[in-house]
Amino acid sequence: MSYTDSELLCVMAARQLRDDQTVFAGVGLPLLAVALAQKTHAPHLTMVVEGGVIGAEVVPGRLPISTNEMRLAHRALMLPPITDIFLLAQRGLIDVGFIGGAQIDQYGNINTSVIGPYERPKVRLPGSGGANDIASLCSEVTIVTLHERRRFVPRVDFITSPGGLSGPGARQAAGLHFGRVARVITHLGLFGFDPASGRLRLDALHPGRTVEMVREQTGFEVLLAPEIGTTAPPTETELAILRRLDAERRFL
Amino acid sequence: MSIRPADFIEARRRRAAKPKGARDKRLEAAEAVRLVRDGDVIAIGGCCFSRTPMLLLRELLRQGRTGLTLVRNLMATEPEPFLVAGAVHTLITSWMGPGLPWGLSRVLRHYVESGQVRFEEWSHLGLGLRFRAGAMGVPFLPTLTMLGSDLMGVGGAKTMACPFTGETVALVPALFPDVALLHVHRADPLGNCQIDGYVHMDPDIAAAATTVLVTAEELISEEDTRRHPERTVIPGLLVDAVVEAPFGAYPGECYGLYETDFGFYDAYAARLAAKGLDGVREFMDEYIYGPATHAEYLARFDPAVLARQQQYARELVGGEPL
Repeated sequence: MSYTDSELLCVMAARQLRDDQTVFAGVGLPLLAVALAQKTHAPHLTMVVEGGVIGAEVVPGRLPISTNEMRLAHRALMLPPITDIFLLAQRGLIDVGFIGGAQIDQYGNINTSVIGPYERPKVRLPGSGGANDIASLCSEVTIVTLHERRRFVPRVDFITSPGGLSGPGARQAAGLHFGRVARVITHLGLFGFDPASGRLRLDALHPGRTVEMVREQTGFEVLLAPEIGTTAPPTETELAILRRLDAERRFL
Repeated sequence: MSIRPADFIEARRRRAAKPKGARDKRLEAAEAVRLVRDGDVIAIGGCCFSRTPMLLLRELLRQGRTGLTLVRNLMATEPEPFLVAGAVHTLITSWMGPGLPWGLSRVLRHYVESGQVRFEEWSHLGLGLRFRAGAMGVPFLPTLTMLGSDLMGVGGAKTMACPFTGETVALVPALFPDVALLHVHRADPLGNCQIDGYVHMDPDIAAAATTVLVTAEELISEEDTRRHPERTVIPGLLVDAVVEAPFGAYPGECYGLYETDFGFYDAYAARLAAKGLDGVREFMDEYIYGPATHAEYLARFDPAVLARQQQYARELVGGEPL
């Protein structure tokens, strides 16, 4: 069964979600991952979107490109003001958040603001949007991204969204008591963070991927779990659901 | 002079000094926009592609206002003509981009990377709470977001030890825009506004600003408002001007009425890719400086496309499964 890297990312992200959770999803792959989870193992999952949607239902062929458009309001449960949707996360109502990033460092910090200095950047990126809030306020965050050396840098140029900051204890010291970046899902494997050092650790490889590939595409030393697992490949059912959701292949 | 962040005393003084009479506030767009001065801090309602007050933004450019600061929680392409026109020195936002399929904003990159325009970045909630603090008339609000990140250092947020628990909290300063530009579904002559679907941050923005200009898809009567006061989400006493503007957010969306014309944004992106900033100038001549009235602007769009976008919107709301 052949599949694209984006399809693999969606399937692996969907499998991380558990039934009965609430999840803060951005548009694109995270949204597809949540919809896939709802249609497979997690029918009681509630999707929350930062534009102000609780209980969004994704319509095949009408995938949204922003977090606050009518396509996301279709058959939703509530459309709260944007500030209030984030306050639900601050109150502790959102279990999982999905984010991506232009740069990710070994502590799971994310940069979507600037490459280079803030005032005169080499590249001005779009900015945080709700990513910082998701990383600060959800109980747990999963980073979903393609695995490329230019993204996986030793230190991000700018911490837009906090991962582990400078390592164990740093989030608490900054006042971030509740959340954490729990894992990173890339098209090469699944990663967690070493509890002692707070640094990125390879936990499992996707079928056909190797530790060498991970090392080649990572700009810092990746720790290895004592036993590195192998993920089960996407099933026909999972791929069929995804391809029906995004028949135009806007994101897959 | 615009109100400094957190200056709740000056903000209240200016608001309290304004006439609040329940009077007929209907104006033409050009008259309404004359209430904006060079150098103003302008908050834009809606969010990204949704309920962007396009008519008021076009009119601002047509009247040649300069030295502006634009504030919006998520910005799409609507600030780009302001950057190209040299009308703006600062953008305050959490995010700006042409939309997921179109990558980064080349226009934003050009002006910020060259140092011509300052980009003041907040988290989405951080900016939302700045509006809310403004709406509440208090100098700041505490929050648990942004802590530990580099966003704390670029926009003026501070931390303090909570006086009750001793825990570290972030503080965001109230934002008091000089002017709010909003597009709503319905408004009566007194300025009472109804919004269907997403309200985004509009009620907070209206209450935080000193002057509020509103365009409405439909003008309703005071009697209509009185029949359904539960539908009023922005009270007329906050509003300075009401302008009738069907399709006033087009080519973006207005909930339940018309969907974003993604084909238009595809074409805009293609023009930018081919011609760079000159592509934006071309767009401005055709859509902003060319049409003398809102009706002339709308005439530039294919009526069949407008009808299609209305049909899409009807399909999406109302709860019937698609």
